[in-house]
Amino acid sequence: MKKKRILAVASIGGHWIQLLRITKPLEEFYEVVYLSTNSKCQSLVPENKFFHIQDFNRWSIWQAIPATIKILFVLLFIRPKAVITTGAAPGLLTLIIARMFFINTIWIDSIANVKRLSSSGKIARKIAHKIYTQWPNLVDDKVKYAGNIFGD
Amino acid sequence: MIFCTIGTQAPFDRMLKIIDEIAPLIDEEVIAQVYKTDVKLKNIRTVDFLSPTEFNEIFNSARLIVAHAGMGTIISALVRQKPIIIFPRIASLGEHRNEHQLATAEKMKALGYVYVAQNADELKDLILKKDLVPLHKIKDYASESLINELKSVIG
Repeated sequence: MKKKRILAVASIGGHWIQLLRITKPLEEFYEVVYLSTNSKCQSLVPENKFFHIQDFNRWSIWQAIPATIKILFVLLFIRPKAVITTGAAPGLLTLIIARMFFINTIWIDSIANVKRLSSSGKIARKIAHKIYTQWPNLVDDKVKYAGNIFGD
Repeated sequence: MIFCTIGTQAPFDRMLKIIDEIAPLIDEEVIAQVYKTDVKLKNIRTVDFLSPTEFNEIFNSARLIVAHAGMGTIISALVRQKPIIIFPRIASLGEHRNEHQLATAEKMKALGYVYVAQNADELKDLILKKDLVPLHKIKDYASESLINELKSVIG
């Protein structure tokens, strides 16, 4: 049977490394397509379909415009069953657009956020179908804990 | 070799200056990954943006890692069993968007996973110590419970 497709999204750096620790074991069950913010990230997923968008954050929010167009293209082309992201802002944007297309959306807040959810995570909390923290002390009525990227 | 990395998001000259200052006291090579730095670094070898593959090569051959409190670097050190000293960025000094690196560093130290230096003196003392060891080893992937949860959510 053909594997279901999911789109996995993360910015370069810690977000990307955390994402791979989650999606690599999922590749056994799904066709994982990757979206990141730097083309060099592809070297760690050479076997997978890979796209990249311009990185942006609160300091460079205008860069979100070309990113939005590319995300729309990727979602329409890939038609994933779910979008899963570890952040940051580009992951949140993908999640928002995916939600408008009725795609299942999953936010996993970075393990760096030990005291409170990230600022993107707080927005994702209102938008994503499922949101996970990697610290049990940050669980609430919407935010779940199911483990972390350390594998502890 | 000591590898210093500050990520690819913002400059971190305060850390690089301290490293450059103590480099003459260190009897091994020091390589630092820099990002839009304004300071002249005289005593250390600097490298610019690295692809993940290049990063891995340098990282793997390092004896000790000195880094900002970026999770990518912390995870890499824990996976590869490298001793790592964390020197957190301070947002009030314009080094990051928020103070989460202080909290991250504190938590990682409390778990006993990494060495943490909060100021120049602590950083110097730790770097000049010869007996730093990898403090913790993590598995290859995220928790099985998280993977199973995601499988049931995605269907």
